[in-house]
Amino acid sequence: MSEPTVRIQKVRRDTLKIRLIVFGTLAALLLIGSIFSEHLTPYDPYLQDLMNTKAPPSAEHPFGTDRYGRDMLSRVIVGSRTSIFSTLLLVTIITVTGTVVGVFCGWHGKWTDTLLMRISDMFLAFPGLVFALAVAGVLGGGLHNAIIALAAISWPKYARIARSQTLAQKETAWMKAVKLSGSGTGKIILKHILPNIIGPILVTSMLDIGTMMMELAGLSFLGLGAKPPTAEWGSMMSDTRSLLATAPWVTLAPGVAIFVSVMIFNLLGDTVRDWADPKMRGR
Amino acid sequence: MEAILSVRNLTRVFSRKGKERFTAVKHVSFDLMPGECLGIIGESGSGKTTLINMITRLLDATEGQIILDGEEITNLSGKALRKVYASMQMVFQTPTESFDPRCRLGDGIGESLRNAGRSRADTKTEAARLLEECGLPAEFAERYPHQVSGGQCQRAAIARALAIRPKILICDEATSALDVTIQKEILELLNRLRREKGTDLSILFICHDIALVQQFCDRVLVMYHGEIVEEGTPDNVIRNPQNDYTKRLIDSIL
Ligand SMILES: Nc1ncnc2c1ncn2[C@@H]1O[C@H](COP(=O)(O)OP(=O)(O)OP(=O)(O)O)[C@@H](O)[C@H]1O
Ligand SMILES: [Mg+2]
Repeated sequence: MSEPTVRIQKVRRDTLKIRLIVFGTLAALLLIGSIFSEHLTPYDPYLQDLMNTKAPPSAEHPFGTDRYGRDMLSRVIVGSRTSIFSTLLLVTIITVTGTVVGVFCGWHGKWTDTLLMRISDMFLAFPGLVFALAVAGVLGGGLHNAIIALAAISWPKYARIARSQTLAQKETAWMKAVKLSGSGTGKIILKHILPNIIGPILVTSMLDIGTMMMELAGLSFLGLGAKPPTAEWGSMMSDTRSLLATAPWVTLAPGVAIFVSVMIFNLLGDTVRDWADPKMRGR
Repeated sequence: MEAILSVRNLTRVFSRKGKERFTAVKHVSFDLMPGECLGIIGESGSGKTTLINMITRLLDATEGQIILDGEEITNLSGKALRKVYASMQMVFQTPTESFDPRCRLGDGIGESLRNAGRSRADTKTEAARLLEECGLPAEFAERYPHQVSGGQCQRAAIARALAIRPKILICDEATSALDVTIQKEILELLNRLRREKGTDLSILFICHDIALVQQFCDRVLVMYHGEIVEEGTPDNVIRNPQNDYTKRLIDSIL
């Protein structure tokens, strides 16, 4: 390999490492912050102060107060727990379910493959919001049901990726060699297929964290997710949207929180995608 | 002497949706004797790979029997089939692609031993020994496939194939992807192994190159359109070809 190429690759790898560290740390801070959110709030997020409602941002209340005089900063901080954890839970559920189904279909093939893939087509063809409304109609609203609804329509994407990746691995020359080594199906899947397909799947999950956070917030905004007084970013925006003209900070504070978190997770996802590309790594 | 591998009437039909059925291998029968090196030559698409994929049971036969060391293996599956691979191993055409890109060479070489119940430590020393036997430093066990050259990788692939001490080694164009000097080195390695193992190792050597087959094989089968059209010692086949295709094949090189 010629010198300049090597140098460019090295520089790229170094910035990649820095990006990975920066966005990884930011995401970790967000997570840790949301775990300990109750201890980080300057005020009690549920404490009403009717003497001081809709106060604009000030030194005491950096994000102002809402119509009950509750400190918006505290509410946004506390809301992170519900917003971030329900998102991570959702993404974990769809990643695991989709991967298991996809690997099974790809490996086993035959009629199970056809059946499961037709089912996943069905879910893919369903408009997400309509499905969520239907689930909410059957099971009632609430955060759990919003997660169930979103999980039901989101896993097929992972199943498709896992299936096509598994099929590709199945056709490789080394798969023949592995079979000739006398390894059984379980070992082949755990030791050889999963490590080879997990990269693109994890990247998809990373990029999906942002999307799912938006969708959960969206459902909450429509009143199908978290219910007041639970502090959750989407429902906080929904509750206060009538104040947009008079006290915009009340609506904007959770909006900014969603924007920043989605941004961080998307950037982390992009970075992980670059990092998972073997061409970018040590050769 | 009993044949170590007998193939009887082996046939494979591929049926593609909407297209007519295509017979890639037609009623092929042959025997492989202990210690023998049997060459199979034939043009691209003549069904060589399909034939050995059936023999290694990576592909189901449409018809016919495969008898390994007196036992019919044509319809084995699961655990019984995995046991068969202790007697039958393979070296592939593309060395780098024949190793899992995410596993170290040492793990690939030791996988059959681990599956046979050998301890981790035992497997590690054995992998190192095999690498050295095949002309590579033992440290190569720690490398990933993309970190070694094609020739080195093919040596590791031979080490992997020998790990379980098979009776039959199948080389499907094991030298085609390598340049001429490396090709020669790999052939020397295979030749040395043959001398050392004597009748304990039989080789099925698939190749395009009739000159290579002449150097290396005791006997040769010529395949054409899925059928065996000629059989004999390489010298006889070259000097005195009976079949039209074989004549053309030989004319094309000489
Ligand atoms: N899975 C398959 N489905 C349909 N046809 C196939 C399949 N595999 C192989 N064939 C056909 O069978 C014929 C024989 O292929 P095969 O790979 O055995 O040839 P080969 O002798 O190994 O050729 P080469 O020297 O190029 O490796 C070809 O015409 C090929 O198109
Ligand atoms: Mg072939």
